[in-house]
Amino acid sequence: MISNIVLTTGLLLILIGIWGLLTHRNILRIIIGFSLMGTGTHIVTVAIGYVKNGTAPIIDRVLHMSEAPSRAVDPISSALVVTAIVIGMAVTAVMLAYTIRLYDSKKTLSIDAFTESKW
Amino acid sequence: MTRRFFVVVAIVLFGLVFASLAIGYTEQHSLRALAESYVRLVPQELGAPNVITGILLTYRAFDTLGEVAVLFMVGAGVVLVLSADRWPRAAAYGPEKPRQSSEIMQSGAQILAPLIAIFAAYIIMNGHLSAGGGFQGGAVIASCVLLLLLAYPQYQLNIEFLSITESVAGALFVLAGIAGLIVADGFLDNRILPLGQFGAFFSAGAIPVLSILLGVKVGCELSVILDGFRPELVEQKDQV
Repeated sequence: MISNIVLTTGLLLILIGIWGLLTHRNILRIIIGFSLMGTGTHIVTVAIGYVKNGTAPIIDRVLHMSEAPSRAVDPISSALVVTAIVIGMAVTAVMLAYTIRLYDSKKTLSIDAFTESKW
Repeated sequence: MTRRFFVVVAIVLFGLVFASLAIGYTEQHSLRALAESYVRLVPQELGAPNVITGILLTYRAFDTLGEVAVLFMVGAGVVLVLSADRWPRAAAYGPEKPRQSSEIMQSGAQILAPLIAIFAAYIIMNGHLSAGGGFQGGAVIASCVLLLLLAYPQYQLNIEFLSITESVAGALFVLAGIAGLIVADGFLDNRILPLGQFGAFFSAGAIPVLSILLGVKVGCELSVILDGFRPELVEQKDQV
């Protein structure tokens, strides 16, 4: 049940991100849309790793080693998301760096001003 | 007008796809085979209580290495894109001198920065025992650097030191991996060091060591990226 809610939230975030990407003309807002989309995919990935009544895959007093395979959630999706968050942050940094450069060249943040690389 | 129409169509189509995904999704009742073997093998073979760290730093450590390489490239790319010609940027916006941060900001930074640094060290060192690890700790280090940069806009990060530290950490990471090839079963195998007692602070073989190296590397890389976004300071402009 809980993972259904999380999954839906993640998918909605992706939709909002796509909407932001397509409708906004300000480059910064497009980047925000991109980040929202990325965050949504992270949430979806974590959600599909959930196992009913599962807990974090960390062996300690609460989760004994012998019962871990039956009670832990999927560690692979969590590990993938750790990776994805860092890469998402890196991609955002590159986009922002280019934005600064684009602003320098045209003194505007509107994507409509950059038509020369449009096909 | 037509653009708006296409946007709406695209959103609706994506929405339909996502809706079918959300409706067709059912919660798992047991782990998939691969995940189950990870959950079983990480504590047994690697001696690490945190299964996710075990996956990140041993079974899929090659991925982690590649990811760190991506981060490095991003750091280099950001510096390359932004530092080619900082003059017009500093002249276009921003006053002649960077504005001093407020008293509150500076005092807050003085109190918080050491705490954040200790917290980062804690996260990195406990990556194999509880939630945490090199990436997360490195990000926390970078947040500490960001706080300092906000509180003291004049402060010059020693980029050379950061680059050298980062390169050394990366080289040691790869060397640890090669040591795994020779001593243990494969590249980046954590059993080059004794596994120790399960759940103890010094345990899980090389995972804490790799965690530290990763934390240092990520922290340095993110700090370089953050520094790349600062406009050139006035004092430096005079020197050029």
